[in-house]
Amino acid sequence: MKQYGYYPGCSLHGTAREYAESSRMVCDALEISLRELDDWNCCGASSAHMTNPWLGMALVARNLQLAERDGLQEIVLPCASCYARFKDTLHALHETETANKVAELVGEAVSTDFAIVSLLELLSRDEYLADIRSRTKTPLHGLKLAPYYGCLLTRPQNVAQFDDPEDPQSLDVLLRELGAEVVRWPGKVTCCGASLPISRTDIVLKMADRLLTWAEKSGADAIVTACPMCHSNLDTRQGEMHRAGIGDHHMPIYYFTELIGVAFGHAAGDLGVGRHLTEARSLLADRLTPVGS
Amino acid sequence: MNALEIIADGAHPLLTFVETTTGQRVNACYQCGKCAAGCPVAGAMDLMPQQVLRGLELGQEKLVLDSRTIWLCVGCQACATRCPNQVDLPRIMDAVRSWAVANGRQPAEREVRAFHRVFLKSIELTGRVYEVGLIGGYNVTSGHLFSGFDLALPMIGHGKIRMIPQRVRRRREVASLFRRSARMLAEDAKAEPSATESAAHGRGGDA
Repeated sequence: MKQYGYYPGCSLHGTAREYAESSRMVCDALEISLRELDDWNCCGASSAHMTNPWLGMALVARNLQLAERDGLQEIVLPCASCYARFKDTLHALHETETANKVAELVGEAVSTDFAIVSLLELLSRDEYLADIRSRTKTPLHGLKLAPYYGCLLTRPQNVAQFDDPEDPQSLDVLLRELGAEVVRWPGKVTCCGASLPISRTDIVLKMADRLLTWAEKSGADAIVTACPMCHSNLDTRQGEMHRAGIGDHHMPIYYFTELIGVAFGHAAGDLGVGRHLTEARSLLADRLTPVGS
Repeated sequence: MNALEIIADGAHPLLTFVETTTGQRVNACYQCGKCAAGCPVAGAMDLMPQQVLRGLELGQEKLVLDSRTIWLCVGCQACATRCPNQVDLPRIMDAVRSWAVANGRQPAEREVRAFHRVFLKSIELTGRVYEVGLIGGYNVTSGHLFSGFDLALPMIGHGKIRMIPQRVRRRREVASLFRRSARMLAEDAKAEPSATESAAHGRGGDA
C-alpha cells in the first residue's frame, strides 16, 4: 500500500461527490492509500487569483504547510482546478522575492519540496496502467469515448509539465487500456466555460453546447473528463440548453475514475454514476458485459 | 505620435503595476492576434485580448479597466500556451482585474464580480466553499434572486449538494490570509485597503 497526500478540494466534498467516491474505490483496488490533508482549506479556485494573486498563493501555501507538518511530500489532486492552483503556486515559490512575500502572508517560509500530481497523472504511470489492465473484468468494448482534458491539467505547459498541451494522450491511453474506442475530436483542450456558469450562464451554455456537438459529430457515445468544473458545465446544463433552444443533447459525461471502476466490475450506482443530471447508467448497462459471461 | 508622447511621460501606474507584479513585458506583444483567434470567450468580449495589451502599453487605463474583457477572461491558458512571444496574458488579466478591485473600480461585468466576491466570502468565513450558501449569496448580491434554482433542486435530488456546510477548524488562520493579502495588494496597487475592498464589502455597491 503506497501512501500519498490527498487534497480533495471543495467540489469533491460537494457537487462532485461521485468523483470522490469513484476515486476512492479505484485507488483502494490499486492499493493506493490517499491520506487527506488535515483541516485543508479551499485553494481559492479561479476567484482568488483572479482578483488578488497574493490571496491565491496564500490559500495554497497554507495547505502546503499542512502537508509538510504531516510529512506528505507527494500530493494527489483529482480536481484539475485545484491542481493548477497548487502547481502554479509551487512554481511561483521558486522565485525568492515571491517566496518571501508569501512567507509574510502565512507566517513562515513555505517548503517547495513537494510533488504535485493530478490523479490522472498518477494513474497514467506505467505501474498503475499495468495494474489497471490486469484488474479489468468488464472491458469497455463497444464504447466510443471522447477524452476531454479541459484547460488546466496540461496548461500552461512550463508549469504543469504533464502531457501535451494541445493534443494530450494520457487519458486516450488509459481509456484504450480499459477496452474503449477513443474518438478523434477537436474539443480535447477547449474550455467548457470554467467559472462563468453562475454569473454568465448564457456564455457557458454556448461553450458547452459546442463541445457536446463536436463530440456527437465525432461519433462519441460519451465524454470522459478528469475535472469537476468540466463535468458540471457539460453534465448539469443539458436540460437548460434544451429549454433555451441552444441544443438538444443527451450525452453522458463520465469521470474517468467511474469508468475504471466499472471496468473493475463495480456497479455504476456504487460509483456514483446515478448522481449525474444527464442520465449515464443505461449506456453502461446496455453495452457492457463482463468477460466470461 | 500621441502614443509616443503618452509613453514618454512615464506616468502609467497601471502598466507599472502590471509589469512589476507579473514580471511580464507588455510590449513583447506584436499584435498577431493568435490569442484572440483561440480564445473561447472572445465572442463575448468587447476588447480582444491583444487590445488589452495595446491599451496598457498606450496608457489607455480607462479603456482597459472598464472593459468587459478583463472580467470575461476565464484563465483557460490557451493564449499563454500559443503566444509566439510567451506573453502570459492570463497573469496580466489577473493583475489588471486585481488593480480594478483594489482601487474600487466599477466592474463592467457586475455579475462576474459578484460571483467572485460571494465565492471568496464563503472561503473567508468557513475556509471552504459551500455551494448552497454560494448560490443564495450570489442571488442576493447580484439581485438575480431565483437564479440557479431550476438547477439546484435536481442537484439536491441527485445528492450532489450537501445541506450542511463544512468548516475548517482553524478558519481564523484562513481569514487572516484574506486580510494580509488585501493589504499586500493595496500596497502594490497604491490603494487604501480600508477605502476599497472592505468599504466595498459594506456598501455592496460595486458588486
